[in-house]
Amino acid sequence: MRFKQPSVLPGFNLAFGYTIVYLSLLVLIPLSALVIKTTSLSLAEFWQVVSSERVVAAYQLTFGASLIAAVINLFAGLLVAWVLVRYSFPGKRIVDALVDLPFALPTAVAGIALTTLYAPNGLIGEQLAKLGIQVAFKPLGVVVALTFIGLPFVVRTVQPVLQDLEAELEEAAACLGANRWQTFCKIIFPAALPALLTGFTLAFARAIGEYGSVIFIAGNIPLESEIVPLLIIGKLEQYDYAGATAIATVMLLISFVLILAINLIQWWHARRHGMRK
Amino acid sequence: MQAVSTTAVRSAATQEAVWVRWLLLTGALLFLGFFLVLPLVSIFAEALRKGWALYWEALKEPDALSALQLTLTVTLISVPINLVFGVAAAWAIAKFDFKGKSLLITLIDLPFSVSPVVAGLIYVLIFGAQGWLGPWLQAHDIKIIFAVPGIVLATMFVTFPFIARELIPLMEAQGTEEEQAAMVLGASGWQTFWKITLPNIKWGLLYGVILCNARAMGEFGAVSVVSGHIRGMTNTTPLHVEILYNEYNFVASFACASILALLALVTLVAKTWVEWQTERQMAAERAAVYES
Repeated sequence: MRFKQPSVLPGFNLAFGYTIVYLSLLVLIPLSALVIKTTSLSLAEFWQVVSSERVVAAYQLTFGASLIAAVINLFAGLLVAWVLVRYSFPGKRIVDALVDLPFALPTAVAGIALTTLYAPNGLIGEQLAKLGIQVAFKPLGVVVALTFIGLPFVVRTVQPVLQDLEAELEEAAACLGANRWQTFCKIIFPAALPALLTGFTLAFARAIGEYGSVIFIAGNIPLESEIVPLLIIGKLEQYDYAGATAIATVMLLISFVLILAINLIQWWHARRHGMRK
Repeated sequence: MQAVSTTAVRSAATQEAVWVRWLLLTGALLFLGFFLVLPLVSIFAEALRKGWALYWEALKEPDALSALQLTLTVTLISVPINLVFGVAAAWAIAKFDFKGKSLLITLIDLPFSVSPVVAGLIYVLIFGAQGWLGPWLQAHDIKIIFAVPGIVLATMFVTFPFIARELIPLMEAQGTEEEQAAMVLGASGWQTFWKITLPNIKWGLLYGVILCNARAMGEFGAVSVVSGHIRGMTNTTPLHVEILYNEYNFVASFACASILALLALVTLVAKTWVEWQTERQMAAERAAVYES
């Protein structure tokens, strides 16, 4: 496969050229505009924007809430994927289809629905208020919205791996005297781990950039429940393009790091998978 | 072997105890009930809280109708453009071997990882009044930001990878033998594409279009940055939902949201149907292989 195989099929130049031109015009050149705009700021100016108290608080909230939501999704996603692959129950097909709801439902719609449910006078919020927990208009609300958004990522990456897991491996483990918990820890979990990590990273990356579902439930109180994308919009509304660009560049950098992480996990997975064969 | 092992009845040794099964199943369904079903139901409940009459009233409102019309227009422009791109990109990447292929795939996936707000911002930096092309556009009286072209651009950006991403693994798995056979038999490139490749990828293509379409209709963050929220002009339905909600007009807001939720449900049904068709096709192919 190292060799570039000559092909009898036509259309490479057309398809490749079109792909490159369209990709450049729509994605690469506009993204580089962001980076170039940032370089017009001096390092001191850049640092001043990025290290201001409000921005740092927003970064902390965005990261913290995204991380917590991704961890919740890691466990809940594995559980849901497991149940969907291993057990049969009435309405399973509907449940399976419903898992993709956060992909299909516009984020703003999810945002207002979650806010209504978790507001202090809402169906769930009222019950939680009795326990002294306030979700909506607090950082906890951000976590709820991000958990909703990220759920399908983990389920959909882990599901096929569990599906393809050979039953023989588990039977062998049972024959060798392992109980179910041991089999899960030593056989199933390691096999699903790369997929779990990929799903986790995807959910995390999506959560960091998420805007629509969060702004309604967050309450957007500066220093307390204000997320980074909202700060960018706030700066834009004040025509502070330099400030918006500086904050956005940091977000873009984080995106690149996460893409790299996903690629590394997949490379690791492919290598392990290749070795087993 | 694969088919046998996954469909075989599991022996007791590779099953959890009954109470564990019940516990896991209940836990998963409770989680999904709270996080997915309840929000979905609440949209319709809130929309109909004050009765059908007010619900229809909210939907018939001119601003709501023009928002819906804009949403459909933007979708009808951006999805076909990304469809052509997706097929072209998948053809180049899956049917040919060249250096830098994985880099190209990563670049195509890039819009998935970029925050929608950042996606909107980059177009403001280029086409906005203070942007690179801003003065030139103003001199020629062309409006992109705070106008429909900006909304289309932002939507195209966020839906950019959907179709290509669905097609690349599918076309890679299908290989090039059938196309090569067609070429050897004297078909032209386009004939090969229309008669061989396209029928082979039709379900994957449809799947990608469904996902792309759902995102295009529902995009909020990126569109919010470039639209300017001008009612009746540059307001898409998701933005209209936000405006009504912030005006405490909850019934109207949830009424518009319920249309989007219905479209989301249609998306899920269509997606499941396509998955089912693909499974059926694969089963038929497998059966054909066994028979021969």
